[in-house]
Amino acid sequence: MNTVKFTKEELERYSRHLIIPEFNIQGQRRLKNAKVLVIGSGGLGSPLLLYLTAAGVGTIGVVDFDVVEESNLQRQVLFSVEDVGKPKTTSAIQRLRGLNPNVNFIEHNTRLTSENALDILADYDVVADGTDNFPTRYLVNDACVILQKTNVYASIFRFEGQVSVFNYTDKEGKTGPNYRDLFPTPPPPGLVPSCAEGGVIGVLPGIIGSLQANEVIKVITGIGDPLNGRLFLFDALTFETRTLNVHKDKSQPSILKLIDYEVFCGLDQQQDDVPDVKEITVQELEKLKDSGKAYQLIDVRETYEYEIAHLNGELIPLAQIEDKVDQIDSNKKVVVHCRSGVRSAQAIETLEKKFGFTNLYNLKGGILAYANEIDSSLAKY
Amino acid sequence: MAKIIIPTPLRKFTGNQATIEVDAIDIRESINALSSLYPDLKKQLFDDAGEIRQFVRIYLGDEDIKVLNNEQTPVTQDAVISIVPAIAGGITN
Repeated sequence: MNTVKFTKEELERYSRHLIIPEFNIQGQRRLKNAKVLVIGSGGLGSPLLLYLTAAGVGTIGVVDFDVVEESNLQRQVLFSVEDVGKPKTTSAIQRLRGLNPNVNFIEHNTRLTSENALDILADYDVVADGTDNFPTRYLVNDACVILQKTNVYASIFRFEGQVSVFNYTDKEGKTGPNYRDLFPTPPPPGLVPSCAEGGVIGVLPGIIGSLQANEVIKVITGIGDPLNGRLFLFDALTFETRTLNVHKDKSQPSILKLIDYEVFCGLDQQQDDVPDVKEITVQELEKLKDSGKAYQLIDVRETYEYEIAHLNGELIPLAQIEDKVDQIDSNKKVVVHCRSGVRSAQAIETLEKKFGFTNLYNLKGGILAYANEIDSSLAKY
Repeated sequence: MAKIIIPTPLRKFTGNQATIEVDAIDIRESINALSSLYPDLKKQLFDDAGEIRQFVRIYLGDEDIKVLNNEQTPVTQDAVISIVPAIAGGITN
């Protein structure tokens, strides 16, 4: 470790670390010698990558497959307006190089899958999971268990954040619990918050991702007590914080190989669960409008979604559709839409089954398709 | 009264209330009391067999009830019970 050398510029850059007695140059050497893989360069990944880069981690891998979108900028502070439309990994690394040119960045502009995960993770010492979906969370966990890597975990939803350090092997060689010890299986798709219920307050990933970066640094340098066997919870609304104990669950089967995580999370089934109802494309809706024929347009989204963008439809949120069935015309053509077409299909299925409607058509792709193909002035969310 | 802390994803079932107070002697009674106050919450917490779902953990103070006495774990008047669900981020369909 003593072979890790620093230039004068590096010594000056890291001097606020070097003068902390329990951190000192030894901690800085460990950082420079470390290889950290950050999975997801979004809300959590932004502060995580910024702080790990600033702190002087020697090698940082960035995994993401997405491009920067306008709606990312509310919280993903790595990116700027000029990055919109560009791959996140490329934009992120460009920004990070500007912050600290001493770091070796490795770009993985790809979706992490069961096929590539073990190969990608194998080269790193520590993994930081900042993804946004259950299949990838279980994939990252299982790959870390198989490869015996520490998984520094953080997750957010609306106003709430969770942080833990999973699969951590301590100085005595004892490995702590992993994500499956805490949550053996993911929620079934019906119980996962739907697209009407997502969202996150922009500053929350900044808080939680920074805590995650702190844990990565502790794991690498060996200072302090990592959040091994503990789960930290933060509620930004009430400012309640709790640290709960997490135990290994001996009843859980050993993780020996990666599986199909879409199937595990029931998402393949969810695709099939979208009711098969009559459809109308956005182009056909335009023709219908122009034809002057009578029709009714129903919007089954929530009021707060309507305020972002709407097609002048009559707003009846999905949950109220049965109570407000009297407002739906049964004599003329009725086009039902939502954001992407899933909720409106559910609404039509309910109305057909329970009330015998035969005149309902689902707007294929919802208001998103309309914004993409007909009216680019509509805000997408 | 024991205090139950409701996590963000489940607050829509409790009229956005972050904490609910219940009068109960153990965890099972507490959760049952909560379920009867907010019946829609029940489906979220229990599977068809009446077992607590695997993506939800129940804590008494800072300890998982699984290492205490599960649902028979006694609760005191000043107990704080946490419902902790798996969350993955805001991604959806």
